[in-house]
Amino acid sequence: MRLPCPHCGTRDVQEFTYLGDANVKRPGADEMSEAAMTRYVYERDNPAGRQREYWHHSSGCHAWIVVTRDTRTHRIESAEPAKPLVQS
Amino acid sequence: MRYSIFTLAAQTLRGHRGWKPVWRDANPRPEYDVIIVGGGGHGLATAYYLASQHGLSNIVVLEKGHIGSGNVGRNTTIIRSNYLLPGNTPFYELSMKLWEGLEQDINYNAMVSQRGVLNLYHSDAQRDAYARRGNAMRLAGADAELLDREQVRAMLPFLDYDNARFPIQGGLLQKRGGSVRHDAVAWGYARAADRCGVDIVQNCEVTGLTIDADGIHGVETSRGPIRARKVALAVAGSSSRLAAMAGLRLPIESHVLQAFVSEGLKPLIDTVVTFGAGHFYVSQSDKGGLVFGGDIDGYNSYAQRGNLPVIEDVMESGMALWPGLGRIRVLRHWGGIMDMSMDGSPIIDHTPVHGLYLNAGWCYGGFKATPASGWCFAHLIARDQSHPVAAAYRLDRFATGHVIDEKGAGAQPNLH
Repeated sequence: MRLPCPHCGTRDVQEFTYLGDANVKRPGADEMSEAAMTRYVYERDNPAGRQREYWHHSSGCHAWIVVTRDTRTHRIESAEPAKPLVQS
Repeated sequence: MRYSIFTLAAQTLRGHRGWKPVWRDANPRPEYDVIIVGGGGHGLATAYYLASQHGLSNIVVLEKGHIGSGNVGRNTTIIRSNYLLPGNTPFYELSMKLWEGLEQDINYNAMVSQRGVLNLYHSDAQRDAYARRGNAMRLAGADAELLDREQVRAMLPFLDYDNARFPIQGGLLQKRGGSVRHDAVAWGYARAADRCGVDIVQNCEVTGLTIDADGIHGVETSRGPIRARKVALAVAGSSSRLAAMAGLRLPIESHVLQAFVSEGLKPLIDTVVTFGAGHFYVSQSDKGGLVFGGDIDGYNSYAQRGNLPVIEDVMESGMALWPGLGRIRVLRHWGGIMDMSMDGSPIIDHTPVHGLYLNAGWCYGGFKATPASGWCFAHLIARDQSHPVAAAYRLDRFATGHVIDEKGAGAQPNLH
């Protein structure tokens, strides 16, 4: 598997570190509760199919990216820098 | 037909033409007392123990493919009970005891071979951790022996004892561990359950769960609806997909784990050995192939095939442990989909939906657990209360903080 880093081009998956589902969002201070934190820390959709996920280009440009990938085929749909997505 | 030396002799005289299929390929009936989703080792063991220990027989096992096509046929066949934590050790030791009596119980040769499992240590700190784990095992009734370097050398003279980075200092040996013919476990449990009247329905995929305010009423399948007030999920690898049909989100990610077998060789290694400085373990099958594996690939996958970096990592670890492996050719490799739970331990529990039971999250330790998983899941389904040795495997432990994290790795499935 190779990932298309938006900064470095297509690179071997060995250069990247996987974090997981990019749709998981830490609850804000106003919505914080044990149940909300349990959902955030532990529970996952774990889809069979299209998933948006965080990868870190740890042996490359050190950027966090969001890759859209099919978990049934490992086909990569897109990869984009994570920073603008997280800030929005 | 009950198998014995006499049936074998009679069949030999008749040229082995009288053997019958060992289970009925049943068609689903409209209603059962219990539906078990998943015809793998755990589902079939659950059905067998429900029938043999709890007197239920109106049971169906639904399998989307064929029996033995999932993880029960994709693992590396090792059994052991060398766990540290109190929530785990008694459960895996029950499993070991059930393995020891399995073949007599189900009248099927599963080739249970207690050839020992040896975990190597490469530093003083690792020796101390293994001594602690060995003591915990012995307190729970399992067997464990701490070996020094020379004792390990007497067992396995061909390992790289003076490796510059990871010299072998000794190992923790569980003599009662070993390996079992994995396909025979699926076939043996299927036959034993079938003989108790359990229907085994193959090529029948569950496509929906019928749930209302009273709880579960049955399942929708590719072969029509089936009613039951108790539905049990034993579909590790696809647990999240089935749970989503009940509106549940699980603390599980599905990951791919690869395994390997070499060309057939003369007897070379008579135990199971694990490298302590990387993730690699190896044993030899009765056909002669070396069976070995290592880490999961580390990203979510339902693909049943992995990528090359993990293959390279496994081979490097193997070479660091046993340089002679470099002369041996890999015959084939494959992948299976693991339910990686967030703390590395399984779930055997009720769900919030009345009548829906969950057996999931086996990470890559599901095969050795097969008998105890079936035993405890059957207990839960029949009596609506957890078996004492599986009482820690609760679904709500992530919310209450009672996680069972053998490795202390935290909520990171790709680290367990």
